[in-house]
Amino acid sequence: MNAIVIKNNQQIPFDSIPTLEYNKFLEYNTALLQNEDCHCVNYYGIAVQENVKLICCIANDKDATILLSSSLVGLETPLECFAQHHLAFEKFEREIHENFGIPFLNHPWLKPVRYPFNASNKNNTIANYPFFKIESEELHEVGVGPIHAGIIEPGHFRFLCNGEQILHLEIQLGYQHRGIETLFLQKKKLIERHTLAENISGDSVVGHTTAFANLWESLCNVETTEQAHFERTLALELERIAVHTGDLSGMCTDVAYQLGSAVYGRLRTPIINFFQLWCGNRIAKGLIRSGYSNFPFTNELGEKLKTVLEAFETDFEEISKATFAAPTVLGRLEKTGIITNQVGKNIGLVGMAARMTNINRDIRSSHPYHLYSTILHQPILKHHGDAYSRARIKYREIQQSITYIKTLLNAIPSHNTTKIEMPKPTPNAFILSMIEGWRGEICHCAITNAQGELVHYKIKDPSFHNWLAMALAVRNNEISDFPISNKSFNLSYAGHDL
Amino acid sequence: MINNLKILFHQGKQYIPDVTTIEIPGVFRGLPIISNEKVDVNALEELCPTKAITINPLQIDLGKCTFCGECSMAFPKKITFTKDYKIASNSREALIVKQGVESPIKLNPESIRKEISDYFSGSLKLRQVCAGGDGSCELELGACGNVNFDMGRYGIEFVASPRHADGIVITGPITKGMAEPLQICYDAIPEPKIIILAGTDAISGGIFADSPALNRHFLETHTIDLYVPGNPIHPLTFINGVLELIRNRK
Repeated sequence: MNAIVIKNNQQIPFDSIPTLEYNKFLEYNTALLQNEDCHCVNYYGIAVQENVKLICCIANDKDATILLSSSLVGLETPLECFAQHHLAFEKFEREIHENFGIPFLNHPWLKPVRYPFNASNKNNTIANYPFFKIESEELHEVGVGPIHAGIIEPGHFRFLCNGEQILHLEIQLGYQHRGIETLFLQKKKLIERHTLAENISGDSVVGHTTAFANLWESLCNVETTEQAHFERTLALELERIAVHTGDLSGMCTDVAYQLGSAVYGRLRTPIINFFQLWCGNRIAKGLIRSGYSNFPFTNELGEKLKTVLEAFETDFEEISKATFAAPTVLGRLEKTGIITNQVGKNIGLVGMAARMTNINRDIRSSHPYHLYSTILHQPILKHHGDAYSRARIKYREIQQSITYIKTLLNAIPSHNTTKIEMPKPTPNAFILSMIEGWRGEICHCAITNAQGELVHYKIKDPSFHNWLAMALAVRNNEISDFPISNKSFNLSYAGHDL
Repeated sequence: MINNLKILFHQGKQYIPDVTTIEIPGVFRGLPIISNEKVDVNALEELCPTKAITINPLQIDLGKCTFCGECSMAFPKKITFTKDYKIASNSREALIVKQGVESPIKLNPESIRKEISDYFSGSLKLRQVCAGGDGSCELELGACGNVNFDMGRYGIEFVASPRHADGIVITGPITKGMAEPLQICYDAIPEPKIIILAGTDAISGGIFADSPALNRHFLETHTIDLYVPGNPIHPLTFINGVLELIRNRK
């Protein structure tokens, strides 16, 4: 047996993951990715005494399974890399190399990922990142960041340009590294871990906290209540509406369409204000808790939400009609920042960014959780892979989320606020939890020891897959179009850097 | 053109007429009040994810508080969060709420530098630096300038370049990677200049306070002009705090 087959949110004994000899491990996992229904959801290493255990998690989107395999390797033995067979592994191997120093052979670029405080090579510093260079008198470099012009997170972009045309973009991240995965182990209280999960990425609070809550309930053998299923599904869709609307506002700003910018910007307000009405926080911090709910969703809230959405829809449709008919907007969005279907598959895109280039990848339909199995979610797909497709997919997904929420509101489950004492997690277990946030799949993995204590926690934000797409999308674009591409992907720096 | 005007008309009145007096609708956790009720204080202290609650005497440090509300839900008679969103101060000590004391959080006018009201009372341009912030305080700072809160009407705006700025707004717990860029940005701002810390992470490190990936040296070597608590900050907390800072005269 090469791999053990699990379902989303299913815990298994850690030692039931087959350990393969490395060459076999490589051959097996890279062969799996030849099948287009499969993609890598996580591949990472954990220290086992003087060695490293590599754990590879490949999801099969067709039959809703995840294939887990592992290999025990030394710290210094050079290994043939996965990335030469499939580029989707590129970032994962860089991370393993950065954490443990394992030399990978034939890797396209073993560059630092996020400069973790416990990196194996302390000589790599954020100031000496090895940028790709071209020696030429005609070309010039443009360095942007880490601090950008707007109120956004830090990261450094290095462009190689020929006049105004971008030939190459390299993105250096790591400025946001806060050591979250280590803190997950150090902080033992459940409330501390909830707080950490809420602070992974501020625009995906519901997404990350839901992934953690599901993981923790399953790890502690506590059944998720009907109420929690309902509240988490609803909150995930509300978060999608809020962020997509904000993104449409940002994209309008970047193409200097002032009306769209202002109207979409203010349309986000009633949605996040509803979060505040529900839980006292506009970003939904404090809303999702495993094992209990501090803020039950009442019928009264349901009525209120219906009113909010009704008012939202009218204005949203009106401004969208104007936006998507404005030549000034279309002229800037169409054919800008293209990622072809083939490139998307090669680099293993996930989430909305995958769907805009006709890759049917959506955890809501492929590995359903909560109420998505009853919603029978059909992902919205676009074909052109440009900024226009990304704007349209945001527009259509907002409509779809509103439809789902209306359906959900027809059956609000009864609620209570009883706080149950969470039992200890299962000892010696491995668990993987995935949800589809607005940006794409969020994957959390945990491993416990013989006492049921967390010994490893792994977080993967969809941005980890998708940053490379941003760098490739802007090639041959004018540098002035870069902000549109950037906003249309809206990737997370904090979620990537952890 | 007619269509655009129609759209404008359909938005109705979106701005908040007076951001200093409006009441926040729904649930909001602002300034807490600690009653004299007898409770198991050790259990209360244990509940807090960021050690914002300390006992003997019982107090809550809003510079550490994540406003999750777990304490008030477990001990509703002991701790209540009011909807008072004016919780910013120029004094770190003023953010500590003590048992049995019900008084609003204010700025100490004595310690506001004179040049702040001299130069900035009618116009304040700010440069924001995210130093490990998760993006939520950044979203709310962005919202301060939207059509609802419209901070620009008071002459307070975020600008792109530190050269154009009168001050810096820091969010996030200040990671090692951002320590140097933050210093460079601050140095590039012409004198006189102010420093504002926005959000729990910036003020105390929040849940990341004991992370080995931080470098908070900048805060030890500079004087902070305004602390704005929140996780994330509410736009009203930020706007009111800044207004008090620039309009207060000794």
